[in-house]
Amino acid sequence: MSWFSKTFSSSIGRKLLVAVTGLFLCSFLVVHLVGNLQLFKGDGGASFNIYSHFMATNPIIRTMEIVLALGFIFHIYEAVVLTRRNKSVRPVAYAYNRPQDNSNWSSRNMGLLGTVILVFLIIHLYNFFWRARFGEPNMIPIEGTEYDDLYSVVVQSFHLWWYVLIYVLGQIALGYHLYHGFSSAFHTLGLNHKKYTPAIQKFGAFFSIVVPAGFAAMPLYFFIKDVVLS
Amino acid sequence: MAGNNPNSKPMNLTLKIWRQKNFQSAGKMETYQVKDISPEMSFLEMMDVLNEDLLRQGIDPVAFDHDCREGICGMCSLYINGRAHGPERGTTTCQLHMRKFNDGDTITIEPWRAGPFPVLKDLCVDRSAMDRIQQAGGYISVNTGGVPDANEIPIPKAIADKAFDAATCIQCGACVAACKNGSAMLFVSAKVSQLAMLPQGKVERKTRVENMVAQMDKEGFGACTNIGSCAAECPVGISLENIAMLNREYINATFTSENV
Repeated sequence: MSWFSKTFSSSIGRKLLVAVTGLFLCSFLVVHLVGNLQLFKGDGGASFNIYSHFMATNPIIRTMEIVLALGFIFHIYEAVVLTRRNKSVRPVAYAYNRPQDNSNWSSRNMGLLGTVILVFLIIHLYNFFWRARFGEPNMIPIEGTEYDDLYSVVVQSFHLWWYVLIYVLGQIALGYHLYHGFSSAFHTLGLNHKKYTPAIQKFGAFFSIVVPAGFAAMPLYFFIKDVVLS
Repeated sequence: MAGNNPNSKPMNLTLKIWRQKNFQSAGKMETYQVKDISPEMSFLEMMDVLNEDLLRQGIDPVAFDHDCREGICGMCSLYINGRAHGPERGTTTCQLHMRKFNDGDTITIEPWRAGPFPVLKDLCVDRSAMDRIQQAGGYISVNTGGVPDANEIPIPKAIADKAFDAATCIQCGACVAACKNGSAMLFVSAKVSQLAMLPQGKVERKTRVENMVAQMDKEGFGACTNIGSCAAECPVGISLENIAMLNREYINATFTSENV
């Protein structure tokens, strides 16, 4: 086996891949959140629709879309391989175990949280990405040009209470996943020092609340504005 | 419930203990009663009382590992009420006292559970997998010949302290027992960082971490997910920072060593 494949099939090598892809996916979350904040602009969706058109057609974005998909695939694949290996290490379980006395719930349940996020992701991709790319949304003229009216697709989806519920639950799972994952990724990369680790942990906690809260605000905003208050 | 028994009255306890004849047989939990246990006894002394009772009744005594009984050797183990070395933090089982329990308590006692730690009998497990990891790289080259001067090699105090903190690992295996993933990385990281920090450890620095990690994987230990149970349960307080250092050492070694 070459040194490269030996390194990345070792326990630490696989952990490194999960950490690096995890941090890359965190950067995607920031871009996705900032872009989608245009839903709150109150301009009837004009800037959101122009932004969506740009994201669907720009060649750099389209290339990054493939890199992003690979990021997800590697993150999930390596995590599944590691989790299966880890589960097989203890063939006889403890009759009585109190892990809650020595560790956080989120840190022990990254696989469960990741699975919830994956289910959410599939629903989310089917409803928005698939329909935007392969469906035929209505057209809407903005300043003389015809655009796909994805804003209306978003708004109408978020009028369904159960759809809003799926989104909120998905974001809660994401929050707990990030609460452990963000700072854990730095630790795996070997970055742990009294000079900066407290700052990474604080920022990780901030990130794990603000990003999912920002995403969850979108379905809640349209549901409360258009359904609850009308 | 675990707590501080305020009075020194003797206690009666119910013990649920894993019994297993040998490494091939299937084991099961058995229930025993012990009477008149002094709160000043250590947990292992309580086990001795139980075994004397069992011998008198003609029952095979419970096998458990112990040696120095003062928290230094790393021989005692036991998963007590769902925790490695019991409910008290920063102690080995021999340093755990019965005053942490109350009259009438039921105490569950199990062996370390991990595939690489097969049960030999009752509460004794085979921890030689850790020895094989240590043998794979946990050593340094030393010249034979005349006695070198003491303090010939300068080592800053801060580094000496950190290396010593890592060197306090007594190889008891509580980190593996407590870890959800059955990972031995706290142990391996303590050994790797202790030697990597000191000038004497520089000769084998890269091959050490490569070989010890390879042996750790070969023995079938799990991969760390930074949960932190290991450091929380470690009787000598080995810090999680050592695992970050192990990762750092490993990345550096695999990308720069001569082993292609």
